[in-house]
Amino acid sequence: MNPTLLEIENLRISFQTRTRLVEAVRGVSFSLGREKLGIVGESGSGKSQTGRAILGLTPAPGKVEAHKLIFDGIDLNRASRETWRKLRGDRISMVMQDPKFSLNPVIPIGRQLVEAYRAHYPVTKREAETASLKMLDAVHIRESKRVFRAYPHELSGGMGQRAMIAMMLITDPDLLIADEPTSALDVTVQLQVLKIMDELVTERGMGLIFISHDLQLVSTFCDRVVVMYAGKVVEVLEASQLEQATHPYTRGLLGCLPQIEGSPHPLPTLQRESSWSV
Amino acid sequence: MTVPSLEISRLTVHFGSRENPVWAVENLDINIQKGESFGLVGESGSGKSTVLRAICGLVPIHNGKLRIDGEELKYPRSKSFYQRVQMVFQDPYGSLHPKHTVDRTLNDPLAIHKLDRREYRIGKALDEVGLDESFRFRYPHQLSGGQRQRIAIARALILQPKILLLDEPTSALDASIQAEVLNLLDRLKAERGLTYLMVSHDLAVVSHMCDRLLVMQFGRSVELLDKSSLRDQSPKQQYTMNLLEASKGFRKSSTEK
Repeated sequence: MNPTLLEIENLRISFQTRTRLVEAVRGVSFSLGREKLGIVGESGSGKSQTGRAILGLTPAPGKVEAHKLIFDGIDLNRASRETWRKLRGDRISMVMQDPKFSLNPVIPIGRQLVEAYRAHYPVTKREAETASLKMLDAVHIRESKRVFRAYPHELSGGMGQRAMIAMMLITDPDLLIADEPTSALDVTVQLQVLKIMDELVTERGMGLIFISHDLQLVSTFCDRVVVMYAGKVVEVLEASQLEQATHPYTRGLLGCLPQIEGSPHPLPTLQRESSWSV
Repeated sequence: MTVPSLEISRLTVHFGSRENPVWAVENLDINIQKGESFGLVGESGSGKSTVLRAICGLVPIHNGKLRIDGEELKYPRSKSFYQRVQMVFQDPYGSLHPKHTVDRTLNDPLAIHKLDRREYRIGKALDEVGLDESFRFRYPHQLSGGQRQRIAIARALILQPKILLLDEPTSALDASIQAEVLNLLDRLKAERGLTYLMVSHDLAVVSHMCDRLLVMQFGRSVELLDKSSLRDQSPKQQYTMNLLEASKGFRKSSTEK
């Protein structure tokens, strides 16, 4: 078994609003080696908040508590701001859903890459540029020189997302958190981007947390799948064993997807039971 | 041969300047029979949404004819056109006015078309999409994504159109909610004998909902398929095969291009 990279035990995230306490994540535990772990759930299940908490990016007034939140021997529970800053980008980085909103629209792609690289490594501008171009090649961008000088609006969605992945991987992190990295892309482009992520993760021996609402995609891409519902983990499965899921929620989610080969009319719908969220 | 419910012949739409045109749709022919559901499939930029917008008169047509029940459409579209054809948009977060209550959203089309018994019609429209009276005076931000899309469908159906244009009606929704909305569309179609023209990038959804489908790429039609050849996965064109492969999920070897 892989050495453990990240260990989370009983993670709880809550938001105090004017009227009540909203518990977004209620006791999530899992551990991650150098593997591809998928977190699947519907909107509001707490999957994105879990990802953000690992980077210490829970927005105010959110409160994060955990029995254990350990990344490679570093206790993130008691981490100072300085420790966080050293980890973010350098050892843990995150790819967001939509390149349109996560790239700076008024700075060329290349300069954003160089900036990310130089923030973590003491290199000259020239060296950083060479590394950036190499990274753009690594994410299979064909005209890396043109893209290097291009502004984000001059790129298609798939290209933008590749540039984002390049930016996140240029610092060679140990853990990549990808929050719905391909949801805004077409199916065929989606697969190309996934292939690039798969290659890089395998080559560099990184850990990957892949957050998605697409159960089918996650089961074909990841090694293990964590299924979340209402802020809790309902099931952890080997991706290949998804068909043998036992929890009624996972089964219901699988059942309500239409199939190309034909599916019953009407489609079975998910009957939510209150006992799942207790 | 019966007159098709919706007939598109040699439709061409372009954007941009005369010197540097962008051809969004080129020479597209589609015939849709009454009571049929027809799917348009393609990647972003293939022009599938532009076809729907052209039918509604939301983009200028460069060339070609559009007919509904054999009657040619004029520009601008007449009021009676919108009583026959209505559209449901992709994103229920963007397509409902954020500061209008559900009641006002549903009342507007009735007022524009000067229809009577509005109270009754609004109540019935809500009932048909499976929402009760308590939703009537809510604002969009007080509704979930699935509930919003139900309101968008109710708004489209309140004028009792015969043809519904659906632009990716479930792609912004969770899988479990998607199943509910698809079932709702299925039921409404059976009850009212509606004709659907549905745009989607999800072949599984199209296979579930549509009788025939057209695959588009770069604004042109690639292949016309019926449901059975989609289900047997026996398309004639390589591009359609690629789309089918891609929709099966990730495989290490299959993605090289």
